[in-house]
Amino acid sequence: MNALSVRGLTKTYRNGVQALSGVDLEVERGDFFALLGPNGAGKTTLIGIITSLVNKTGGEARVFGYDIDREPEAAKACIGIVPQELNFNMFESPYTIVVNQAGFYGIPRAVARERAEKYLKQLQLWDKRRGISRALSGGMKRRLMIARALMHEPRLLILDEPTAGVDIEIRRSMWEFLREINARGTTIILTTHYLEEAETLCRNIAIISGGRIVERDRMSSLLRRLHVATFVLNLRDSLSVAPRLDGYVTTLVDDHTLEVEVSAEENLNDIFARLTALGIEVLSMRNKVNRLEEIFMQLVEGRGTAGEGAHGEAAPAQPATAPAGTGPEAPAARLPAGARR
Amino acid sequence: MSAVAGAAAPPVNLNVVRWIGFQTIVIREYGRIIRIWGQTIVPSVVTATLYFVIFGSLIGRRVGAMDGFDYKQYIAPGLIMMSVITNSYGNVVASFFGAKFGKHVEEMLVSPLPNWVIVAGYAAGGVVRGLLVGAAVTVVSLLFTHLSVQHLPVIVAAGLLTSLIFALGGFLNALFAKNFDQVNWIPTFVLTPLTYFGGVFYSVTLLPQWAQQVSYVNPILHMVNAFRFGFLGVSDVSVGLAFALMLAAAAALFAIAVALMNRGAGIRE
Repeated sequence: MNALSVRGLTKTYRNGVQALSGVDLEVERGDFFALLGPNGAGKTTLIGIITSLVNKTGGEARVFGYDIDREPEAAKACIGIVPQELNFNMFESPYTIVVNQAGFYGIPRAVARERAEKYLKQLQLWDKRRGISRALSGGMKRRLMIARALMHEPRLLILDEPTAGVDIEIRRSMWEFLREINARGTTIILTTHYLEEAETLCRNIAIISGGRIVERDRMSSLLRRLHVATFVLNLRDSLSVAPRLDGYVTTLVDDHTLEVEVSAEENLNDIFARLTALGIEVLSMRNKVNRLEEIFMQLVEGRGTAGEGAHGEAAPAQPATAPAGTGPEAPAARLPAGARR
Repeated sequence: MSAVAGAAAPPVNLNVVRWIGFQTIVIREYGRIIRIWGQTIVPSVVTATLYFVIFGSLIGRRVGAMDGFDYKQYIAPGLIMMSVITNSYGNVVASFFGAKFGKHVEEMLVSPLPNWVIVAGYAAGGVVRGLLVGAAVTVVSLLFTHLSVQHLPVIVAAGLLTSLIFALGGFLNALFAKNFDQVNWIPTFVLTPLTYFGGVFYSVTLLPQWAQQVSYVNPILHMVNAFRFGFLGVSDVSVGLAFALMLAAAAALFAIAVALMNRGAGIRE
């Protein structure tokens, strides 16, 4: 049974805007799943329908087998949502917010108090539990929404840009926390504009564009489809012209920085061997752009498909203890402004 | 588990969720009432005191008896009911509209609570405030006049039903309101005139015949008189009819509020 099963979901707003044009999507239980898309692609509408904040026009959605129309209470009991916008009472304390939220899910108050302590401590908010929430920093507010979503220990956790505006240190600690939650069996669906985040955390991915799912694959398969990657090499000694490497396109960015385009069929050893033969020492190397970002742009801008199959088989959800991330330590990449929601 | 609708047992006991969820909304509303007591309880107490001083002690002396009762004694049930009406309405309209405006209504909308529990929870919160303030104004009344109790169950039932009706009215107002102006329209242009013409300060028998007939259309007249009947044993209207109207109004408003919530009016796109 899938954690989420969406079939033919459509949504047309009263102003005539068609936000979803027949979305089909399956997310397996235990998965850490990325849902990406540019501005207005339909991500938030899709999440809104699943969580009952938006009325759908057509289609069906099931959460752990519970139909959101026929068994809405059972379906909603399975979901925890961390929305994109802050949506808690700014005049209540974090402690009150999370304890009340547990109450809305039928958690007895004594249990809610224990969980409030557990999750507020895990998310480093325990010291701030008594003040009004408006006084929290941006990162704390985001963590409060995560704590709130976990109070009923949902089977499916949906995070809509949970780390937007959060500094790198906190973002990485949040990643670690989400990995642990996922490892304990919670299915996670993540939308984010930080593609490094999706690449690092998620095993499977769907890309939505124009109200349709345009790609659904396992993350590693999708990344392998990228034909050409550009590597930026930092050189020990200065160069005046780019070295000529047969079969590779090289560009000298400045006297100590060389860019080399490498296709999927070629390997890096060959490049290093040639550079070594030319007496060029490489101090460090990085991807010019995040690989996922490159594929994303190809898919949503209609620059052709990113490889052979447009709809590959999704990876089965891995054992809870398996490492989630396979991506390189690329510099944090965000969607270009034009592609952002 | 099969994916067929209805084949699976719910992951939680839904009745437990509903009951604890209802309690949570009421506790949260009570916490809000107490937290901002300067806005929720004190104003009505001050207003009632002023009414007793000006209308009761100063002007009331010249008015004399009303329906055979001292004027302060006559207006006391009406003033208590006026505070119940304005506070039960005001509590829900402010709290639910605030939740919509601040988006934290989504905390409940994404939860497994059915809409009727959300409506019931907010209505109960309004009843709590209406009765709390009503009790406070009763204490103020006792400082100015003697209040006998003729029919306690009538007092309790009329207080409960009136606060429930106006709490539900406040909920509907909040559901449709798109800005803070619209939150204030109904209390200012509808509730206040109806309350003042609802027999709080006078007996409708003092009015010309046509005005009496018009007054009987005013639901607040029936509520105030039923409440007054509980204290003084006199009423300008049939108490049985008043309770029938109140029960029907409460049931109808609850049904309308739940139906609108189910449609997503004012809360979902």
